[in-house]
Formats: sequence, C-alpha cells, structure tokens
Amino acid sequence: MKEKSKALLGMLATGLPLAATVITILVIAVIIANFAIAGGPSLNWEFLTESPRNMNTEGGIFPAIYGTVLLVLIMTLAAVPVGTITAVYLTEYARQNSWFARTIRFAVNTLAGVPSIVFGLFGLGFFIQTVGAGMDQIRWNQRMSEFRSVLAAPASPVGSGAIATVQQVQDYLDRVPDDDWGEQVVRLGSFPRGTVARVNADIVHRFISRSVDLRWGKPNILWAALTLALLTLPVVIVSVEESLRTVPRDIREASLALGGTKLETIRKVVIPNSLTGILTGSILAIGRGAGEVAPILFTGAIYSQQELPTALSDQFMHLGYHLYILSTQSPNVEATQPLQYATTLVLLGLTLALNFSAILLRSRIRRKRQLA
Amino acid sequence: MPDQPTQHSTPSAPPHTGRSKLVQRPSFTERSRNIGERIIEMGIFCIATLSIIFIFLIFYFIFREASPIFLGEPARDTTIVQVDQYLLPDELPPVAAADTAATNDTTAAGADSVSASGTGAIEPVADVQPVRPDWLDEGYPLLLHDSPVKLSYLLHDNWQPNSEHPRYGIYPIIIGTVKTTLVALLIGAPLAILCALYTAFFAPKRLREILKPVLEILAGFPSVVIGFFCLMTVATVVQSVFGVEYRLNAVVGGIGLALAVIPIIYTITDDALRAVPMSLREAALAIGASEWQAAYQIMLPAATPGIVAAVLLGLGRAFGETMIALMATGNAGTVGWDFFVSVRTFAATIGAEMGEVVFGSPHYQILFLLGIILFIFSFAINFVTEFYVKQRLIKKFRGAE
Repeated sequence: MKEKSKALLGMLATGLPLAATVITILVIAVIIANFAIAGGPSLNWEFLTESPRNMNTEGGIFPAIYGTVLLVLIMTLAAVPVGTITAVYLTEYARQNSWFARTIRFAVNTLAGVPSIVFGLFGLGFFIQTVGAGMDQIRWNQRMSEFRSVLAAPASPVGSGAIATVQQVQDYLDRVPDDDWGEQVVRLGSFPRGTVARVNADIVHRFISRSVDLRWGKPNILWAALTLALLTLPVVIVSVEESLRTVPRDIREASLALGGTKLETIRKVVIPNSLTGILTGSILAIGRGAGEVAPILFTGAIYSQQELPTALSDQFMHLGYHLYILSTQSPNVEATQPLQYATTLVLLGLTLALNFSAILLRSRIRRKRQLA
Repeated sequence: MPDQPTQHSTPSAPPHTGRSKLVQRPSFTERSRNIGERIIEMGIFCIATLSIIFIFLIFYFIFREASPIFLGEPARDTTIVQVDQYLLPDELPPVAAADTAATNDTTAAGADSVSASGTGAIEPVADVQPVRPDWLDEGYPLLLHDSPVKLSYLLHDNWQPNSEHPRYGIYPIIIGTVKTTLVALLIGAPLAILCALYTAFFAPKRLREILKPVLEILAGFPSVVIGFFCLMTVATVVQSVFGVEYRLNAVVGGIGLALAVIPIIYTITDDALRAVPMSLREAALAIGASEWQAAYQIMLPAATPGIVAAVLLGLGRAFGETMIALMATGNAGTVGWDFFVSVRTFAATIGAEMGEVVFGSPHYQILFLLGIILFIFSFAINFVTEFYVKQRLIKKFRGAE
C-alpha cells in the first residue's frame, strides 16, 4: 500500500513538470499561431509600404515601421557603445570583488529591474523637462533679449516707457525688418484682456517671455531613443560581458608579452574576438527596445503623423504604440481588427526574428566558451 | 631623449598598463601614447560609472517632479495665467472670469496625448478663483488644481482624476495591483518552476537543449503583444468559461502578467537549479533515491534562495508591467476582493493618464508619486535579491562543497 502510494507520488512528481512544460509550450504555440492565422491574410506588400488612411482605419503601417526602425537605430547608437565600454571596464579593469565593480553590477541589475514605465517618467522628468527645456531656455533667452531691444527701438510704439495698445504692438512687430516675429504676433493675439488693452514694453515682454517656445522641451524621437537606451543598457552590458569572458587568457597574455599595452590588447585582441557577443547584445537590445511601448508613451510616440520624422526633434509613429491605440482607443475597434492583427504579426515577427538570431549567436558563443 | 625625463616618467607610469618595468627608456611617441591611453582609460572609467549615475538621476528626477507633495508646495500649474500680472499700474483689478481650466472627460481619447506639453501656446485662462478651503466634498478630500497636495488626500477609495472635483484616492490602485500581481504569481510561479525542474532534471539531454530556447521565446514577446492577446483571446475565453460580467478583469490581466513573468522565473530558477553541485544529486541517487526524490528533496531545497530570488524578480516585473495591465485589466478603479471585476494598477494608471495631464498640476505630481512607489518597490526587490538571497546562496553552496 505504502509502495503503491509512493509510486503514485512519483508519477505525479515526474508528471507535473512535464505537464507544466507542455502547457507553457502550447501557450506559446497558440499565441504565435493565433496571430499568424488572424494577421496573415491582411499582411501584404501594400500594408507594409503604405501610410494609414482614413483616421488609421485603412491603409498600411509604413510610418510606424519607419519610426520603430529609426527609434531603435538611435537607441542602438547610444546603448551599444556605452554598454560595451562598461562591460570592458567590468571585465578588463575592475578587480572582480572591488566595491566599485560590485556597485556597478548592482546598478546594472537595478536598471534591469526598474519597471519600464518608470523609465518613461524619467525620460519625461530628465530628458524633456530638464535637458530639453534647458536647451530651449538658453535659446529663448537669446531670442528674448533681441525682442527686448526691438521693443525699445525708437520706432516702437512702446519704446522709452510709452504706452500703446496690443494691436499697435502687433502692427509694429509685423513691420520690423530683417526679423520674423510672426509667432509673437500670434501669441499677443491671445493676450488675456484682448488686443485693445493698453500695455507697456515691460508687460509685452513679460507676457511673451513667460512661456518658452518649445523645440527640445517636448516629446521627440531623440528623448524616446535615449530613454529606451537606458532601458536596454543592462541587456547590452550583460551579454557583452559574457562574451568578453570567453576570450582565452592565453591570447591576452600573448598580446601583452609581445609588448602591447593593456588598451592595445583590448582594442586589437579582446574586442575583435568578442564581436559576436557585442553583436548579440545589440540584437537583444534592439529586440527588447523594438517591443517596449511604456517608456515611449509620453516621451515621443504619436498616434498619427502626416510626414515621416526627419529631425531628432520630431515625434514618430511606433508599431507597438500603434497597436495599443488601435486596439483600445480608436473610434471603431471592430473595423480595424484585421489591421490590429496584422500589426501584431509584424511586431511579433520582428522581435522574434531578432531574438532567434541572438539565441543562435549566443549558443555559438557558449560552445566557444566550453572549448576555451 | 636625455635621461632625466625618462626617470621622471618611469615611476609615474601606471602599474596596470601591462608594460614591463624592464623598459627603461620609452621614446617620446611611446610616452605620449601612454598619456593618450591613460586619458582613454579615464574615459572608460567614466562611462562605466554612467549606470550608477543614472540610478541616482532616476531617483532624483522622479522625486523632484513629485517633491511639492512632500514639501507642501502649491502646484505649479503652468497653464494658469494671472491676469493682474499684465495690468498697467493705473488700471483696476479685473473681474473674476469663469474657470475654463481642464475639465476634460475621463474617456477623452488619448490620441493626441502630448498636447499638454505640445505647442507651448498660452491658453487665455483667467484664474482669479477665490481661494476655497480644503473642505470635504461628499466625504472625500477635494483637491483644487492649484492647492498643495497632501498625502492625506490620497488615502481613500475614490480615484477620479478627471472629474470636475478630481479625487485621487489610491486604495483602488493598491488593491488592483495586488490582485493582478497575485493572480500572475499564482499562475506563473508554479508553471515556471515546474518547467525549470523538468528541463533541469527530467528532460533528456537532447530535448533540454531545444526546450530552453523555446521557453525563452516567451521573453521575447513584446508586452503590448501579450496585452493584445489577452484583450482579444484570453478575455473571451475567461468570460465564456467563468461567465463573468466584466470582460476585462483582474484575472485576465493576471494571466497576461503571468505570461510575462514565466520567462523570468523560469530562467533564474533554471540557473539556480543548475548551480547546485551535481555531486549532491549523485550522492542522493547513489544511496537509492529515485530521480524525482533527488530533484524534489535534494536539489529543489538546495536551490531555494535562487528560486526565491526568481519569484521576487517575477513579482517586480508583474508589479511594474504597464502595457499588459493597461490593455487587459479594464482600468476601472474598484475596491473589494472580487477578482472578476475591472481593476487598475499603478503602472497602468501612469501609462494611461500621464499623457494628458497638465505639467506641474496635482495630478501630475501624484502620478510621479505612483512612479516613486514603483521605483522604490523594484529597487527594494533588487536589493533583497542581490544582498540577502545571493549571500545565502553562496553560503549554502560553500557548505555543500
């Protein structure tokens, strides 16, 4: 009896893990199959290369693909060099158990664990509200000192302490040669007490200068990419570190013995030997970055756009954000369902392809390490 | 080169450059190269510290945006124009004008969600509102859009940030987060740990090499895709199986979060199980234990600290995951412990509302406060896994060897 229950327990104990594995793999298969079947029919060349039409209910997703690619490109340019150099420091320079190396590792692990939405908040508070707004403020201060001298000019109706109506100031600004104050004229149009109000130079200046003309102090593709770079930094560091460790000691020592300095050894021996790892790290980071939506929700993504982004201060469309808006906030969720599934398929295909290539590269590195 | 400068440079040459001390006379180019290398190495050092710096920056800036709450400062709502600022000295004070400040509807589409920061245009809003006392309105503290936020305004169960009398009670958010996280861990943790057990001890070696990458595919799924899957498929299945009223609820969200949590718990548990010295397993098998006894009674307990770390990190992920919660939980602030009602989580609240708030307003500050909670929580989890769990793991295996 005891033997029998023991055998039963054994079957349960070996069966449960198997069942769990089967269930998990089935779920993965169902998700992929679901999107392949539901999204496949609407996926065609036009869908990939056309712009959305008719309030995003028809047409393609080309701007979203373009925006996503551009975003991860800028992100990679920021994250991969910084991540690689950090990994080089950790493996080549830092003593393994020094407190400093441990602090860096702890910081990297913490960065990896911070919720992605917090990165979004940070991007908003730091990149947009502080760095960007600071850049704008500097530009604006210059512009405003020009504005002050224009207001003080002899031809100005409010020059030398005179009082005039807002209308008169607007007319004057329109006539100022060599400079365009059209923006300010428009802004004066919304003066709190209307354009007939009487003002002096001080008041006009105070009113115009109180809100800065925003260029960098608002969401754009640069800030979104840098926010994402911060999020993917740990991914790069960890995988580059792993591959740096696979470079055999002998090669390093041979390089040093031949008279190479430490930096030369790193540049000409260690890095070239771990290029695969750096590539893996970059691919993993791109895969992660391409799929993340939370950090870019309020640092640069936009739902619909007439023109493709051309400058770093432009906003951009994004596959994941597009899917989120289409499926939850578009006026007619039912009608756009084929589009939603097709968009998901594109996004999923993109990230899975990236992850697969990273896995393949990584297993190559691991084999190499086992040999070394 | 004369001898003197050489003597100068030799002792100062960094000992870690790897250059032998036998080299007595570096040529001029060599010395300048050394200086160049030192500069580059300083650069490498500086870049390596960036991760630490950014942790501090994240701390600082998230706290800074919410700081008026802690300092009791009035909100810095930049859209409010004080009319009397623009009066000539001889003019009379203006008549109070209607307050047209933002009273947008909750459901207003977030399509053009950046308008708050967008154009920098000044809204001709006259704000000469009389200062109203902070009275209790319908039993809930009322927050005017320029009054200082006090923490006590947050401790009730009504979250209505976009109504005419906005209220910011965070109880529904706490309860919603706890519910979804609980569901995610109850489903995700056992599945992931069992998967790890299977691949580590029961699967044939060949199969293991295939299974691990296949299971890790799940980690590559963008969370917005999982969220969409829950929204479309899981919600329908759950509704038809349980016959519940609300299509999107804590269980649907929890299932989605479980999908996000499984790869994390799986990978770390798998690593932890493999890190247990194989000699333990062999010893157990040698004295007559069966495969499963060795796995459950020897290896699993030995790897407990690692598994705890895995579950903790999974908890952190479930707690902070935004897109899945945003798309699959229904985003309604409800209280009570019914798991089949719509809920709203910390991360989803930030994600849904941050795009539409006015910078510096109480709502903005409170959303940053929620961000602080998320950040501190994830930081604490990481701290515990790093210093407590790993220490125990190391101690344990040292004892085993």
